[in-house]
Amino acid sequence: MAFDMQRAKESEKMSTAEAAPAPILTRVTVAARGAATAPANAGAKFHAKGVNVFYGAKQALFDVSLDIRDKGVTALIGPSGCGKSTFLRCLNRMNDTIAGARVEGTIELDGKSIYDRHVDPVQLRARVGMVFQKPNPFPKSIFENIAYGPRIHGHARSKAELAAIVERSLVRAGLWNEVKDRLDDPGTSLSGGQQQRLCIARAIAVEPEVILMDEPCSALDPIATARIEELIDELRTRFCIIIVTHSMQQAARVSQNTAFFHMGVLVEEGATENVFTNPSDQRTQDYITGRFG
Amino acid sequence: MTDTPATRPGTPPKTPEEHLFEDTKLHLFRRYAAERRFRLYGQIAIMVALGMLGVMLFTIVGNGWKGFLQTYVALDVYLDPAKIDPAGARDEAKLRNADYLPLIKDALDEAVPGVTERAERRLLTGFLRNNPTVPVRDFVLENPHLIGTTQRIWIATSDDIDVFAKGGYDRAMPEGDRRIKDIEIAWYDMLWNAGRIEVRFSDVLFSAGDSREPENAGLLGAIMGSVFTLLVCLIITLPIGVLAAIYLEEFAPKNRISDFIEVNINNLAAVPSIVFGLLGLAIFLQFFGMPRSAPVVGGTVLALLVLPTIIISARAALKAVPPSIREAARGVGASELQVVTHHVLPLAMPGIMTGTIIGMAHALGETAPLLMIGMVAFIVNVPEGFTDSATVLPVQIFLWSDSPERAFVAKTSAAIMVLLGFLILMNLAAIMIRRRFERRW
Repeated sequence: MAFDMQRAKESEKMSTAEAAPAPILTRVTVAARGAATAPANAGAKFHAKGVNVFYGAKQALFDVSLDIRDKGVTALIGPSGCGKSTFLRCLNRMNDTIAGARVEGTIELDGKSIYDRHVDPVQLRARVGMVFQKPNPFPKSIFENIAYGPRIHGHARSKAELAAIVERSLVRAGLWNEVKDRLDDPGTSLSGGQQQRLCIARAIAVEPEVILMDEPCSALDPIATARIEELIDELRTRFCIIIVTHSMQQAARVSQNTAFFHMGVLVEEGATENVFTNPSDQRTQDYITGRFG
Repeated sequence: MTDTPATRPGTPPKTPEEHLFEDTKLHLFRRYAAERRFRLYGQIAIMVALGMLGVMLFTIVGNGWKGFLQTYVALDVYLDPAKIDPAGARDEAKLRNADYLPLIKDALDEAVPGVTERAERRLLTGFLRNNPTVPVRDFVLENPHLIGTTQRIWIATSDDIDVFAKGGYDRAMPEGDRRIKDIEIAWYDMLWNAGRIEVRFSDVLFSAGDSREPENAGLLGAIMGSVFTLLVCLIITLPIGVLAAIYLEEFAPKNRISDFIEVNINNLAAVPSIVFGLLGLAIFLQFFGMPRSAPVVGGTVLALLVLPTIIISARAALKAVPPSIREAARGVGASELQVVTHHVLPLAMPGIMTGTIIGMAHALGETAPLLMIGMVAFIVNVPEGFTDSATVLPVQIFLWSDSPERAFVAKTSAAIMVLLGFLILMNLAAIMIRRRFERRW
């Protein structure tokens, strides 16, 4: 289990190189278009207050308080090791599986604490789905990859119903036309970008309310990345999407809200266009202009 | 390798760059030389290992092929109804208990005429295997309608004649130094010239149990004993080993207790096997009063021996399943048990099977603990169940190698070949499973 922690850290290291200085303004127009289509202050889906996370003796997050609104994309940005992935993994209690990880503070989903004793993490993860950095389809058929979640949660009463769920999920993930003739092929036979969309389809097949994405494009080429970003833009009308990304351009393109983490502290959060054009904190300014990170 | 070459007298002083170049060249040469040397050492090591393996196989096979063969002599036996079935009822029980020895003696007289002296006549009967009536009786029981006719029946020779036939004795050797008399050689030559002697595949090796007489001794008892023992061992170790591995790898909290258990499992794998035999003797035989020499006890003792191996290999197989698969399953809301049973265990199964087969191969070759629980007894009957007295292949090898008869030398090597054959088969199966289900992520 200690391996998970290591992997999570490595994943942050790996794509640091993407955060090169880049002209911000062109992206802002895209972000502004995104922001215009969603109401600015919708009700908060997640409400985090005073969150501290420890890995053994090492503290990874310091007193993070953040509200995440429903139906829209929130981007978590920041340099490597800043705690953004850690925060994301708190939201569906994936940190529970890491030995020595401890979470303090309150995180509420729809007003109810998810770290309450009565909350079953398994049920929580059905409500809060997750897409990982590296595409990780099960080594099973494409159909089985999608059908697995609905099946274990008992969502389908019949084979036809299950097939309908699989089709609907693949259509929503924009993968249906590419795989409809080969649903029995192994999921691992798809290309990297297709695999990641398969993983997104797998996540939405269980009808979650929130989808967490941990650097979903960092292992993909630019074309596959663009395809996923389009998909995220389509999905945000139905789901609350929280995406960790190293690419500030990506954050600017896909998100409506942005939270900037640095050294385990939430430095700044707000509407994406504000954070990128008019940051209130010097560290944010330095990071988005490429002075560090 | 850090020393710099001394400047030779008489050469013009060199620039620092030239020095550096020379240094590098020398260094490079030395590095390549070291590499070549290292490669040579490796090749020599492999040659030595292969050579030893070759010598071993050569000796075993060179001796062992004789063990698979047996010398037979053909006798034209008149199945005299007056002697074996005076009532003429062809009753099976009667036929089974009839005395066939006179028939064989008559047939021998016909094949080797003119032997009248008592001692020589005894020697002539000793030309044939111990209990020479068995093949004749079996023939009659199979073909009762042939009673009253003369039939050519092949009967195994005694072990000494067998050894002679396979070239074990030099004819030039003085008579007193060999276990076979000149007159026997004369009979042998006579029968050979008459086409009555053949060396062919032994009919007892794979169809009979042990015997004091090499020509009657077979491996079936030991093979069946090994099969029963391994079955017991597998039934016990596979579920316990896999469950223990799953618990330790997937569920157990990482603390002092689990560390302690892990260290002890690793230590257990290194415990000398005879200790497990003593444990089995003290617990299974003395305390629980289980039957002595039985495969059920042998299998249980071997299970203790193999369990650590299986747990360790199963844990390695579980660990090899990438964490991303676990995360994916948890991400869609699978419980810990579902993560394991739906995803991790199926992916780890080929590795677990491979480890189990190798563990079973280990158990198949194990001798010492079985000596302690009485599986070293001389058992003629082929075991038919888990509680019958039995022995196993490696113990059979041990028993035969201890026997004074010369023909057992070849038999021992033949038994080793059979055991090695089973081991190779099992290891091949393990390799095939690994190849077949090998997965890349």
